[in-house]
Amino acid sequence: MLKYTFDWSIVTSGKYFEWLVSGMKITLELSAVGIIGAFVLGLLIAVMKMSHFRPLRWIASAYLEFFRNTPLLIQIFFWYFGSYKVLPTVVNDWLNSTNFEFAAAAIALTIYTSAFIAEDIRSGILSIPREQMEAARSAGFSYLRSMQYIILPQAVRITVPPLVNQFLNLAKNSSLAMTIGVMELTYQARQVESYTFKGFEAFTAATVVYLVLSVSITAFMDQYNKRVLNPHRA
Amino acid sequence: MEDFLNFQVILDNFTYFMIGRYPNGPLGGLGLTMYLAVVSCILSFFGGLILGLLSLSRIAFIRYPVNLFINTIRGLPLLMVIFWMYFLLPALMGTTVPESQTVILGLTLFTSAYMSQIVRAGIEGIPKGQTEAAISTGLKHWQAMLYIILPQGLRNMIPSFVNQFVSLIKDTSLAFIVGVSELTHVGTQINNRTMAFPTEIFIFIAGVYFVLCFAFTSFSRWLEGRLSWRKAI
Repeated sequence: MLKYTFDWSIVTSGKYFEWLVSGMKITLELSAVGIIGAFVLGLLIAVMKMSHFRPLRWIASAYLEFFRNTPLLIQIFFWYFGSYKVLPTVVNDWLNSTNFEFAAAAIALTIYTSAFIAEDIRSGILSIPREQMEAARSAGFSYLRSMQYIILPQAVRITVPPLVNQFLNLAKNSSLAMTIGVMELTYQARQVESYTFKGFEAFTAATVVYLVLSVSITAFMDQYNKRVLNPHRA
Repeated sequence: MEDFLNFQVILDNFTYFMIGRYPNGPLGGLGLTMYLAVVSCILSFFGGLILGLLSLSRIAFIRYPVNLFINTIRGLPLLMVIFWMYFLLPALMGTTVPESQTVILGLTLFTSAYMSQIVRAGIEGIPKGQTEAAISTGLKHWQAMLYIILPQGLRNMIPSFVNQFVSLIKDTSLAFIVGVSELTHVGTQINNRTMAFPTEIFIFIAGVYFVLCFAFTSFSRWLEGRLSWRKAI
């Protein structure tokens, strides 16, 4: 039943190799833009959600629930196909002047992931017991200084693992950008397959790239857990 | 653009969005989305249970390959897993496999790997003393697992399972890419046909997914509160 001759040379050199490399570059670019954007936006939403001003909290909750409970693919389609009707003309003009596919995918990934990041940041800060703040305040620190010296240093440490996990998710999710024609890694693997009929080789190459990415991040996280989170057990 | 947003297109195609051509043709739209999600969820519950138990096996010969498999799947985008299924299955089976089955298998494989982590955490969350007590009353190791640990662990896992089901509902939208006519596919189809209402169509579809997923997310939160309250007694 299996009559298939492997030809690994097509994915290790030549034109198709270059396609895959350029795909990998775009995956990394898209991930980098998304990670920075999602982190900043996520931080902002987390702060809004924890604010003492109710309307801000409501807006943040609505944002979180909506974007976490809708598929990323639909969000990508919305930004790519449908956003022109609801965005101001200035923004539309700017988007059309850039690489629109890339921009739409980056916006969707940023917003989708920011909702998850906001929850991780918030639960990181909430996991620090209230007494820490009370103790800091009674030791004479102001609210901001207590945050700066007591709460945040502890919160950041425990928030790093879930955040890195979200960054990894974002990198994997960037594969959905192929549906609107962003020529990232999965797109290129598909291209190589349809040009050469060597699907097995093409997808293996892409799989290896994704695995190297996630294995290296997982290894980094193991080290982090050993050295930073549980230094005494190591 | 006479109207700002014109949702007439949704009303005109409402049944098509919900069930596709169902009574006169194959199930599609939201109905197919639910079908894909429910079937994959049931299959990946068992897949996750088996993988989770094997990954905790005391025999290294079983544990290592299973963990390697789980981590490989978890390191890949779902889209990659579906593409692998898409062209590996026909090669392995020697016949063509319908797209919807390809997607169900891809979703099952992917979700099983994530479910196995839930199972694992649930089992590890039960104190060791329980196993020791069970074994000292004369139960074998597998009996202790089956009658003592799993029933308690599974109850704690329920909220996470529901969350995983929500992810599954969202993930079924990827079936669109291999041409399964579920909700997302129906949306792009109607969008291609009508041309002028992409904003309305995708807002509507996002709304449908949201209502569905939000209901289950809320359910899972409610369960979490209820189960932890029971534990306290």
